[in-house]
Amino acid sequence: MSRILRKEQLSEQVWRYRLEAPRIARKRQAGQFVIVRPIEGQERLPLTIANADAQQGWIEIIFQVIGHGTMHLAELNEGDEIADLVGPLGQPTHVERFGRCLCIGGGVGVAPLFPIVCALSAAGNDVTVVVGARTKDLLILQQEMAVNSRRVIVATDDGSKGFHGFVSGVVQDLFAKGEKFDLAVVIGPAVMMKAVSALTVSAGVQTLASLNPIMIDGTGMCGGCRVTVHGQTKFGCVDGPEFDAAGIDWDEMINRLTAYRPLERQAIDRHTCRIERQTSKVL
Amino acid sequence: MKETKKLSERLKRVGMQEQPADQRRQNFDEVPFGYNESEAITEARRCLQCGKPLCVQGCPVAVQIPQFIKLIAEGDFAAAARKIKETNSLPAICGRVCPQEEQCEVKCILGKKGEPVGIGNLERFAADWEREHNVIELPPIKPPNGRKVAVIGSGPAGLTVAGELVKEGFEVVVFEALHEPGGVLVYGIPEFRLPKEIVKKEIEYLQQMGVKIEKNVVVGKTITIDELFQEEGFDAVFVGSGAGLPSFMGIPGENSIGVYSANEYLTRSNLMKAYEEGANTPILRGRRVATVGGGNVAMDSARTALRLGAERSIIVYRRSEAEMPARLAEIHHAKEEGIEFHLLCNPVEILTDEKRFVRALRCIRMELGEPDSSGRRRPVPVPGSEFEIECDVVIIAIGNKPNPLIPSTTKQLQVSKWGTIIANEQDGRTSMPRVYAGGDIVTGAATVILAMGAGRNAAQSIAKDLLEPEDKNEEAEEDRSPEE
Repeated sequence: MSRILRKEQLSEQVWRYRLEAPRIARKRQAGQFVIVRPIEGQERLPLTIANADAQQGWIEIIFQVIGHGTMHLAELNEGDEIADLVGPLGQPTHVERFGRCLCIGGGVGVAPLFPIVCALSAAGNDVTVVVGARTKDLLILQQEMAVNSRRVIVATDDGSKGFHGFVSGVVQDLFAKGEKFDLAVVIGPAVMMKAVSALTVSAGVQTLASLNPIMIDGTGMCGGCRVTVHGQTKFGCVDGPEFDAAGIDWDEMINRLTAYRPLERQAIDRHTCRIERQTSKVL
Repeated sequence: MKETKKLSERLKRVGMQEQPADQRRQNFDEVPFGYNESEAITEARRCLQCGKPLCVQGCPVAVQIPQFIKLIAEGDFAAAARKIKETNSLPAICGRVCPQEEQCEVKCILGKKGEPVGIGNLERFAADWEREHNVIELPPIKPPNGRKVAVIGSGPAGLTVAGELVKEGFEVVVFEALHEPGGVLVYGIPEFRLPKEIVKKEIEYLQQMGVKIEKNVVVGKTITIDELFQEEGFDAVFVGSGAGLPSFMGIPGENSIGVYSANEYLTRSNLMKAYEEGANTPILRGRRVATVGGGNVAMDSARTALRLGAERSIIVYRRSEAEMPARLAEIHHAKEEGIEFHLLCNPVEILTDEKRFVRALRCIRMELGEPDSSGRRRPVPVPGSEFEIECDVVIIAIGNKPNPLIPSTTKQLQVSKWGTIIANEQDGRTSMPRVYAGGDIVTGAATVILAMGAGRNAAQSIAKDLLEPEDKNEEAEEDRSPEE
C-alpha cells in the first residue's frame, strides 16, 4: 500500500502523482522505475520514477492514460492508497562528466528524462534538452527542465509552440549548425526513439535509449521484456531499461509492443461501456 | 484363506476420484477430488505401521508418517493433520505437489509386492479435512526470544523457514517481491493442480502463528542484505529467492510475438488471472500451442493452454518419454486430456508471418546416442530430418537459472559458476556469517519439497546459531555461581 500524497494534472491525459514510498525514495537513482498496481486485480504497470525526495520519503510518477490500467490509476484521488508499489527496479543511468549532453524527450517520455537531466547537470555536464509534443497543451515539465539544464528547445507537431515539427527536426538542425555532443539520451515513443537515435548515432554520438517493453514482474522472472541489443537477448527490466541505441533491434522492439493491442482495445471498450452503463443508471 | 484375501486387499491402493478428462480440459478446477472419510480410513488401514519406517527417511521434512496414518485409521483426522504439521507447515500443498513416488512412497514395504500406501493422498486428506471443518489449531509457540530473522522469498523454502522459526519464538519477516505471497506456488503451479485458495489458507496459518509478510519488496533493490542487518536490526537472513530467470533456446525467431517463457505464460494465467473472463492482464490464447520441454512446468503449460481454449496442445521434447523429468502422474494426466507428445525432436527455428506473429515451430528429429553427464542418453540430431509444427503460440519450458539480483548486490555471498548461491546442504550456511540459503537459488530448479527440506535444515541451524552460543554462556555462568 502506498498513499497518494498529491495528484496533479499536467495535460489532458497526463497526471503527476506524489506517492508515499520511503524505502524507494531513499534507494532510487536516475533512470530507475517502479511497478504500480492501482487496485486489487489490476495489471502491473511499469512507470519511471520522475522525481523523489529521500528526506521526505516520497517519489513522483508521471503517466499518460493509454490503457485500462492507467485509466484505473487516473481514477484514484489524493489520500487514496495504491494497492501495490514496488521498486526501484532496473539499472540506474550511468552518470559521469561526459561534457555536452543532448537529452531528447517526446510526449510523456519527457517525465523519465527529467531525473536524468538533473543527474547529468549535477555531475557538471552542459545539458541541452529537447522536448516535444503533439501540441503545446501536451508539453510537460518545461519549467522544471529549464531550471535543471542550460537550455530547453521545444518542438510541437502542429507548430503551436517552438519548432514546428518533430524533435528529430530539432536534432537535425542542431547538427546542421555544427553543434557537437558527447552523449545523447532519448526517451519517448519507440518510433520516435528509433528516428532520433538514428540521427545521433550516425553523428557519432554515444546514445542511450530508455525502453518501455511489456513486462510483468520487473525482476527478470517472466522474460516478457526481452529486447535484442547488439545481437544478444537482454531483459529490459534487469539489464535495462537503458541500452546503447546503436545496438537496439528497433523493429523487433516496436513489433513486440503491438502483441496485445487488439486485446487492449477490447478491454478499453469493455471498461468504457461499464462506465457508460453506470452513468446512464445514475442519470 | 481369510488371511490371503486380506493380504491381496492390502496390496491394492484406494484410488482417488477425479474429474473426467473431457470435462476437466475445459475448466481450471482441480483434477483429483481427494479421498472421502471412508476411503481415507480404508487406505490408512493398509499401512503396516513399521517399527523402523523407511518412508520417514524418504521425506525431506521427516513427517511422522506412520503416526499420522494411524490417527486417520482411528478416525481422528484433526489429530492426524496436527501430527503432520509438527514438521511440515504446508501439508495441503505437499499432499498435492510432492513427488511422493520418488520420496516416501517409493520406500513403502507394501510397494515391494503391490502398491505403496497413498501417503500423499492421506496427507492431503488430513490437511483438507482440518481446513474444511474449521478446526485448525495453532501449534505451541515458544515465547519471544528477542531475535529477528529476515526471510527473502515467500516460496516453499521461505515459508518453511518462517514457520519453523516462528514456532521457536523468533520474530520472522518474509519479504516478497511480487504483490502476492507464495512464490512458485502462486505464479507457477496452475489452479487445476494446486488451488490458490489452499495456498492462501496455508499462508494465513503461518501469519496466525506470527509470521509477518511484507509484499512488494525486492531485496537487492528496495533494500540490501547488508541494510537488513545494519539498519533494520535483523540477526539472520535466509535467502530463498528461487530460480527466477527463464532460459531460452537461442534459436532464430525466439523474440517473435506469441513466444513465451513458461514463467511468463503461467504467471499471466495463474498470478494475474488471465484465464478468467474479463481479466485485465492479457494472454495470447493460441489455437495451436507448442510447449518445448519435458518437465512438470512443460506439462503445466501445455495443460493450461488446453484450458485456455487451444484446439491442439503439443509437447515438443528432444529426448524420449523415458527421460522426461515430469512426474508420471502429470504425463498421464496430460495424455488423458489429449496433449500430443512430439518426442525426440528439437526446435531449430520459430517461423513467423509478415506481422512477426508465430506461425510454426521448425524442428529436427533426434535419436538417442551415448549417455551424457546426467546419465541420460544424449539426443543427437538426424541430418536432413527437419519438419514444421504449425502453431501460433510457443512456450519455452526448458528451465530456469538462479536470479542474480541478490548475489549481485551482496558482494560477500559466494556463488557457483552457474550463479547459484553456495550453501551447505546440511545446514544452509553460506559464505557470509548469519546468512543462510536454500531451495532453487542453491540447487537450481528442483521441487517444492526439496526446497522445504532445505528450509527446515536452515531453520534448525539458524535457531542453533542464534540461540545456543548464548545458552551455553548462561549455563556456564550458572555453573560458576554456586561455587562463588
